[in-house]
Amino acid sequence: MGHPKINSMHLDILKEIGNIGAAHAATALSDLLKKKIEMRVPKVEMITFNEMMDLAGGPEKVVVGIFLRIEGDLEGSMFFILPIEQANRFIQHLIQDDQFDFRSNGSFIGMSAMQEMGNILSGSYLSALSDFLQLKMYPTVPGLSIDMFGAIISIGLIEISQVSDYVIVINTSISEEGLENTEMKGHFLLLPDPESFNVIFKALGVE
Amino acid sequence: MFASKEGKVVKVGIAQMDVVKSPDTIRTSGLGSCVGVVLYDETKKVAGLVHIMLPDSSLSRSETINCAKFADTGIQGLLEMLLVEGAQKYRLKAKIAGGAQMFQFASDKNMMRIGPRNVEAVKKVLKELGIPLIAEDTGGNSGRTIEFDPDTSKLMIRTVNKGVSEI
Repeated sequence: MGHPKINSMHLDILKEIGNIGAAHAATALSDLLKKKIEMRVPKVEMITFNEMMDLAGGPEKVVVGIFLRIEGDLEGSMFFILPIEQANRFIQHLIQDDQFDFRSNGSFIGMSAMQEMGNILSGSYLSALSDFLQLKMYPTVPGLSIDMFGAIISIGLIEISQVSDYVIVINTSISEEGLENTEMKGHFLLLPDPESFNVIFKALGVE
Repeated sequence: MFASKEGKVVKVGIAQMDVVKSPDTIRTSGLGSCVGVVLYDETKKVAGLVHIMLPDSSLSRSETINCAKFADTGIQGLLEMLLVEGAQKYRLKAKIAGGAQMFQFASDKNMMRIGPRNVEAVKKVLKELGIPLIAEDTGGNSGRTIEFDPDTSKLMIRTVNKGVSEI
């Protein structure tokens, strides 16, 4: 049980998955905001739960988090994590309200805009993935939480923690053009359940 | 949180546990559905903290078990560590925090209710071991960072929206 052995070809496949999914999501975000969005080369890492908690600025860093579960042929958890400042910029721009702030219990319209943004982005990520792999995926309606990163991400570790003490995460970061070198980075994190890795590799004819 | 103390702060990660003696304090960050369980001996001023993720080790489908991950094995393991440090079992008391539901889903999947299930499991194990639960801050839908001071037996709890409180 636990995670399968991962070789360099597997690693390339997982990177490509992050690439395809996040590229579509970044394009969707760019269309939505009418802004240029830059995307990094995906990182695929096998890390401990505590390394996972440190990923986006540490367990106590307050972030805006979108989370959904994927069911179907491929199962796992998916997160879209944004620093508060970046989420504020996006939503202020989207709803044309420069007073909007997630820190002061953002307005209903801003919150539902964020929820909808999560819907659109995760939808484009997963449908691109589903087309590429020819696998059925049924995402749950995304949930939204503004809280400590550790508290948000740990829900994605629950399923995995029953079989392993490690997590394989496909991490693609995006940023607004001109803000690439700042801490204003968003993260698409895909955490396939351990049993789903072989499903992915098989779908592409690699054992 | 306890800024003016001379002791150090021992940090406990997810699915980990540790023990401290006064003047040191012990803390864990970013509890969501996980539960932080503190066991302490007021006389010896020694305390332990375990950051558990799952209610029961029977959920494990792996060959090796990290006992700090589960309520049953985690609390038992912490108890043994405390006895080695000179704590007396009959004097041990507990304070717990966490077990939130970070996302609301219309799914009936058990995983989504993991926070409340963790809290129930912790209480059951404490009862079986005869360790009284003195205070708790559990449930809700906020993440928590907690820190325990064995000198005062106070557990500080910080959340994003409600600031710092003490139990």
